[in-house]
Amino acid sequence: MGQQVAGLCEFDEFKYQSKKMRRRGTRAGSISIWCANEAIRRAQLDWPQLDKTRVGVFLGITEHGNVETENEIFELHQNQLDWKLWSPHHNPRTVANNPAGEVTLNLGIVGPHYTLGAACAGGNVGLIAGAQQLLLGEVDVALAGGVSESPQTFGIYAAFAAQGALAQHEDPTQASRPMCRTRDGIAISEGGAVYVLERLEDALKRGAPILAEITGWAVNSDATDFVNPNPERQVQCMHQALRRARLTPADVDIVNMHATGTGAGDVAEAKAVRAAFVESERTYVNFTKGHIGHTMGAAGALELAGNIPALTDHQVHPGVGVRELDPECAIPNLVLHQPKKLADVRTILNNSFGMLGINSAVIVQKYQGEAP
Amino acid sequence: MNAQQVRQVVLDIISDIAPDEDLNTIKDELSLREQLDLDSMDFLDIVMELRKRHKVEVPAQDYPQLATMASCVSYLTPKFA
Repeated sequence: MGQQVAGLCEFDEFKYQSKKMRRRGTRAGSISIWCANEAIRRAQLDWPQLDKTRVGVFLGITEHGNVETENEIFELHQNQLDWKLWSPHHNPRTVANNPAGEVTLNLGIVGPHYTLGAACAGGNVGLIAGAQQLLLGEVDVALAGGVSESPQTFGIYAAFAAQGALAQHEDPTQASRPMCRTRDGIAISEGGAVYVLERLEDALKRGAPILAEITGWAVNSDATDFVNPNPERQVQCMHQALRRARLTPADVDIVNMHATGTGAGDVAEAKAVRAAFVESERTYVNFTKGHIGHTMGAAGALELAGNIPALTDHQVHPGVGVRELDPECAIPNLVLHQPKKLADVRTILNNSFGMLGINSAVIVQKYQGEAP
Repeated sequence: MNAQQVRQVVLDIISDIAPDEDLNTIKDELSLREQLDLDSMDFLDIVMELRKRHKVEVPAQDYPQLATMASCVSYLTPKFA
């Protein structure tokens, strides 16, 4: 299947975690712990004083436990199938709640933790779950986002290769080419993104630095195919998110596409975005995977993090990697190659879609209210 | 393998299992769990690493023999003979 084309996260695993806990846990847990701690620090939460029964962790994932299982099987193979060498840590490493659970262990959080399996919509779904738990009153602080450790996983690569959906290029920086006529698949990369979510009144009360306000979201299902997307359902998903936010397409400044670089996926989403925003001449469209590859379960949350600065600097970051735009992927106001400076950016719609036909859209807006 | 070499084998394994610990101050006659941040899962790891690295098997009924460094060495040395 060729060489690994995209990168692993570069971060200090031991900044917030002991070597022993890292050894016990998983890479996805380690990424989650780092992200959660950084999020708490940057949100200026008074962590020691916070009631940990009112904090929850909600992380989306594409998959979890594959790399740990593969490693154990490899060890087994190397040791003449001596099954007694199977690690006692295998189960706590591979249970589906592992990444969020490791965050609770690390931070002493005793509220709920869910790791939400949502294929490559995971990052958005983690955010949505966090917002829902806040609205339900289940928690007062939600650490929410997504994480992926797929780049360490042989099976994910091999399956994308078998599917004809694994990007390959002699120059790894050219592998991820969403929307390009010559695109040949996904460049898998590792990532994580965790946000501190609070109800607005709580954030205002403590004078929190507010990055953005989540005002709309939607998750729906294609009910069509295991892997092929359904643009009609994607349109419905985006419109449902807009209705929740009480917005129209013309209110949206930036749409961040999921755009993974697969042949069918990009064409379907381009069709969906054209249809969903046909009424709006002022909406600009970009995508992020040309910059960072496909961070799988992290993608929704991480790509949103790449767009949130636009609420401040009004720059729409461009989609990169496109040598020649696929005519079937042409969209009005698609920002390519160079950033686009707008007069103002107030509203971003962030798409993330995944296998089994899970669609998600999150809308964030610049917070423009005044402190009470 | 003599007793000192077996002690080093055990130390090497513990250093991988409990990488945050300072192993230079271990007192061989005292319980390892009293001196180091080791729990029952860590002892399972020690047993597993002995099997993986040195083909030495420690049956479950003998796990108490691994309580101190001294008991580890006296129990394991014949197995490394």
